Amino acid sequence: MASVTLSEAEKVYIVHGVQEDLRVDGRGCEDYRCVEVETDVVSNTSGSARVKLGHTDILVGVKAEMGTPKLEKPNEGYLEFFVDCATPEFEGRGGDDLGTEIANTLYRIFNNKSSVDLKTLCISPREHCWVLYVDVLLLECGGNLFDAISIAVKAALFNTRIPRVRVLEDEEGSKDIELSDDPYDCIRLSVENVPCIVTLCKIGYRHVVDATLQEEACSLASLLVSVTSKGVVTCMRKVGKGSLDPESIFEMMETGKRVGKVLHASLQSVVHKEESLGPKRQKVGFLG
Amino acid sequence: MAMEMRLPVARKPLSERLGRDTKKHLVVPGDTITTDTGFMRGHGTYMGEEKLIASVAGSVERVNKLICVKALKTRYIGEVGDIVVGRITEVQQKRWKVETNSRLDSVLLLSSMNLPGGELRRRSAEDELAMRGFLQEGDLISAEVQAVFSDGAVSLHTRSLKYGKLGQGVLVQVSPSLVKRQKTHFHDLPCGASVILGNNGFIWIYPTPEHKEEEAGGFIANLEVISRLRNCIISLVTQRMMLYDTSILYCYEASLPHQIKDILKPEIMEEIVMETRQRLLEQEG
Repeated sequence: MASVTLSEAEKVYIVHGVQEDLRVDGRGCEDYRCVEVETDVVSNTSGSARVKLGHTDILVGVKAEMGTPKLEKPNEGYLEFFVDCATPEFEGRGGDDLGTEIANTLYRIFNNKSSVDLKTLCISPREHCWVLYVDVLLLECGGNLFDAISIAVKAALFNTRIPRVRVLEDEEGSKDIELSDDPYDCIRLSVENVPCIVTLCKIGYRHVVDATLQEEACSLASLLVSVTSKGVVTCMRKVGKGSLDPESIFEMMETGKRVGKVLHASLQSVVHKEESLGPKRQKVGFLG
Repeated sequence: MAMEMRLPVARKPLSERLGRDTKKHLVVPGDTITTDTGFMRGHGTYMGEEKLIASVAGSVERVNKLICVKALKTRYIGEVGDIVVGRITEVQQKRWKVETNSRLDSVLLLSSMNLPGGELRRRSAEDELAMRGFLQEGDLISAEVQAVFSDGAVSLHTRSLKYGKLGQGVLVQVSPSLVKRQKTHFHDLPCGASVILGNNGFIWIYPTPEHKEEEAGGFIANLEVISRLRNCIISLVTQRMMLYDTSILYCYEASLPHQIKDILKPEIMEEIVMETRQRLLEQEG
């Protein structure tokens, strides 16, 4: 993870602040920074989203392509994740490790039956299915990468429009796939149960949500909790070289569930509000 | 807990927000500034094909017959006598390498540092071995620029009691062009915190030393003041206002009715900086 060097005195100051529930930028331990979400920013993808959380800037693009279903799940499509760290700190090959770590976490949280209904991605069993290639681009790293990436992935999946296809059978038995003529005739994924990650960093005796780079440098252990909109935990992972007490793990999980529900509610309202503005809305994009 | 998600809003151009008539002459590298050959060329310009052409992106400044282009975003360029706040990156044989947001790492020689106890003697081999005891990698120091080498690297010194290693506090990194040159860069603000405005854009906010004696109540009040100051400085910088003690103080006072974490919200930031700007104009006029 990209990190900043801090002096010991600065770390002591940050830890003291967290103990008093007053972080360096005035937030409480459970407050998020202001988030900006915009979907449909990249025109040649099936769905895209850009999320800015403080100094963290993430761009996600989803491309739907046709492929063959996996052998053990012939009636379902699947998702493929790829994460690219494009920030200057990760010049050359530096970002590969971080990229694979994030991609593996995304695979884990989507690796259950209820996150995304993969049966809707099936075109004809054992032969054709939709494969969704989810590409995550890290434009700027300002702390709390996992949360921002999961928000962006959920927004991009919400924005994804997969063209509707029909399978036609010939007299000889060979199948033909027909794309509908109307470019707006498409299927949308239901993102009701797509989970979001909440990262809880242990600083001193308390834990904080949405840590900045400086706060991450003061924390020895963090817990990544993947929560759905109903507050169900789908996966949990501990990162960092420090240790966590089982009681604190329990407390952090409860905080994660609480915070996750509010996160989902806000994201839902923002993407619905954006959609209600219609296709004629002013896109801010990258030059706004 | 608070969570706010919003749709992005396009930024309004600066001149529209201020409603000013005087528009700055902004240029990009390669732009012609003037075809009049009577001018002397200053920094950021070069002569080509009988024209004066800009070599950096910035605003054109003219003083009588001298034309120069002041870059909007630049690394810190050292001048002798500047106060800087820097972070130690390396501990070398007889010197420390300090990061000051310039093109090359600055240098703090062991001989430019005061020995504890204030002795005046030649630095020995034991002093060299004890270097890490004084300053380690990651430590923050305040220092003054002693000399500038020919390649642009800056040599620092901490030969005064007001310079040296910095203790608890918050560092804010801004662009060097936004820090106004003043007589003194160490300010004790009346709100209870002190500020060091480094010329290199590193701003250090810390609790005023007398207040450190009261631990419990004083400490929390200090935390609030420092967080508020930090957010005010960030909002001034986002709106491209010059940083000096008066502007920071006025911005602090304008932000008092709002909660600390709300200061960074775009609408409230604009409101506070607008009020600060008005107050500064009134004070000048």
